[in-house]
Amino acid sequence: MIKQISVFVENKKGRLARITEVLGQSGVDMIALSIADTTNFGIMRCIVSDPDKAIALLKAHDFTASTTEVIVAEVVDKPGGLSYVLELLDKAEISVEYLYSFVRTPNENALILFRVEDIAAATEVLKEGGVKLLDEKDVYGI
Amino acid sequence: MYWNKELECMDREQIRALQGKKLQATVKKVYENVPFYKKAFDEKGVRPEDIKSVDDVKYLPFTMKSDLRDHYPFGLFAAPQSEIVRIHASSGTTGKPTVVGYTARDISNWAECLARTFTCAGGTKDSVIQVAYGYGLFTGGLGAHYGAERLGAATVPTSSGNTKRQIMLMQDFGTTILACTPSYALYLAETMEEMGVDHNLLKLKAGVFGAEPWTEAMRNEIEQRLGILAIDIYGLSEIMGPGVAADCEYKQGMHIAEDFFLAEIIDPVTLEPLPYGQKGELVITTIDKDGIPLIRYRTRDITSLHPEPCGCGRTMVRMDKVLGRSDDMLIIRGVNVFPSQIESVLVEIAEVSPHYQIVVDRVDNSDTLEVQVEVSAEMFSDEVKRLEALRRKIKAEIHSVLNIGVEVTLVEPKTIARSEGKAKRVIDNRKL
Repeated sequence: MIKQISVFVENKKGRLARITEVLGQSGVDMIALSIADTTNFGIMRCIVSDPDKAIALLKAHDFTASTTEVIVAEVVDKPGGLSYVLELLDKAEISVEYLYSFVRTPNENALILFRVEDIAAATEVLKEGGVKLLDEKDVYGI
Repeated sequence: MYWNKELECMDREQIRALQGKKLQATVKKVYENVPFYKKAFDEKGVRPEDIKSVDDVKYLPFTMKSDLRDHYPFGLFAAPQSEIVRIHASSGTTGKPTVVGYTARDISNWAECLARTFTCAGGTKDSVIQVAYGYGLFTGGLGAHYGAERLGAATVPTSSGNTKRQIMLMQDFGTTILACTPSYALYLAETMEEMGVDHNLLKLKAGVFGAEPWTEAMRNEIEQRLGILAIDIYGLSEIMGPGVAADCEYKQGMHIAEDFFLAEIIDPVTLEPLPYGQKGELVITTIDKDGIPLIRYRTRDITSLHPEPCGCGRTMVRMDKVLGRSDDMLIIRGVNVFPSQIESVLVEIAEVSPHYQIVVDRVDNSDTLEVQVEVSAEMFSDEVKRLEALRRKIKAEIHSVLNIGVEVTLVEPKTIARSEGKAKRVIDNRKL
């Protein structure tokens, strides 16, 4: 199970800097990152090298943070690569809550993170479609 | 000009004597008709016949807003329901409103008080009085309305809102006196300027403004921008509604209608009466009311009383503008708001007691209310739509409880300032 950490962020100057500072000083490495924002607030979502340590650190610094289970899939890094994966999910009527891509990758393929309601069903559909899914070991060590 | 010279300019000794007589009758009435008061008097060991003069009021027990709530809805009424002709209500500290009932005589006395107020504003039977206070459970609209009719003025019940139509009617009907909240008066002035309506071409001469706290600076601004005399009116629904006291043209404090209301100032901590001139909590006994007479009602409003003669010739004691509250009640756009009401909504939604802060401000002459809520782990969701839904739910629930618009902001934990570990609940940035 790949754990993503999510942190509540007020739309206020310096808040993201503070979060990354807390993680950085403790040697937690950020592997992938995305921010969802509204006019009022934002949610910072990220994959880190040690999610449990990151959560404990953030809570100790009074941030509201939680973990969410996600899927990380290897997608061929060429036009139509992501479209193929999304079509598999679409046909199975699995809707994607959100997705974002990794910056770093272990090989020439792109890495895409998916958040779906039904992880088990999505895992099955993607595997059947020949999509390579990464496990915890693969991801946290990137 | 006076509406009722004999009473309004009565010698102070005579006023005290009249109040004493009316107090005795009131004490007897509530002791015999309201079980709550019989119990309260018995517990204090005071009997109606112990009250010989107005000075003896200090022996009587206090009445609190919570007493009205505890006897919701009609438990403190002294008149049988067949005698009640009107019921008003205002928001209370929890879900239940504070309810008051009036007999036909109460309504008539109330109209008398407002007729005096409108006369103070220069009103006569030739006046056209536009009542832009809200009509409904709130006492403002109907209270002013009956007073304007008693005066014999042409009364225009526009109620609040629909500002451009208010201005059109003001022009077309030749309104001479406007009755509304001071912030709405300024909003009207602003809208007129935007519409290019020159106030000098209106017949407007005066305004009777109240139902919310306002300053002398605001009075000056209204007087200048509308070119009128602006007088302050005080009241609260528990006691009657607007018209308990009002300024005269000298604007040296609001004359209390002492033939209906016995006013005292107490120290809100020791509860001891304070002499004239000293600042404290205003306590009112209704000495000529049938529906729901109240003994020593603690208004929670901080002010002081001045009995010295006034240039207008009226002898009734004057109260200063209300300087603040001895509890945490806020008045926002004329609506009574207690932080506990907001807290109970949050507890219900979040199922925990969240940290929150209420920020009140005045933007473009209108009060704004913002509630900041710290997002706890229990409330947090990784999905924007869930958090947005939570925010909107809090907003809607607070709106339905308070009946005024509110902005809700989700903030990070521990970002609301705490003093001695406790969050400061209210920040009032209004310059009053």
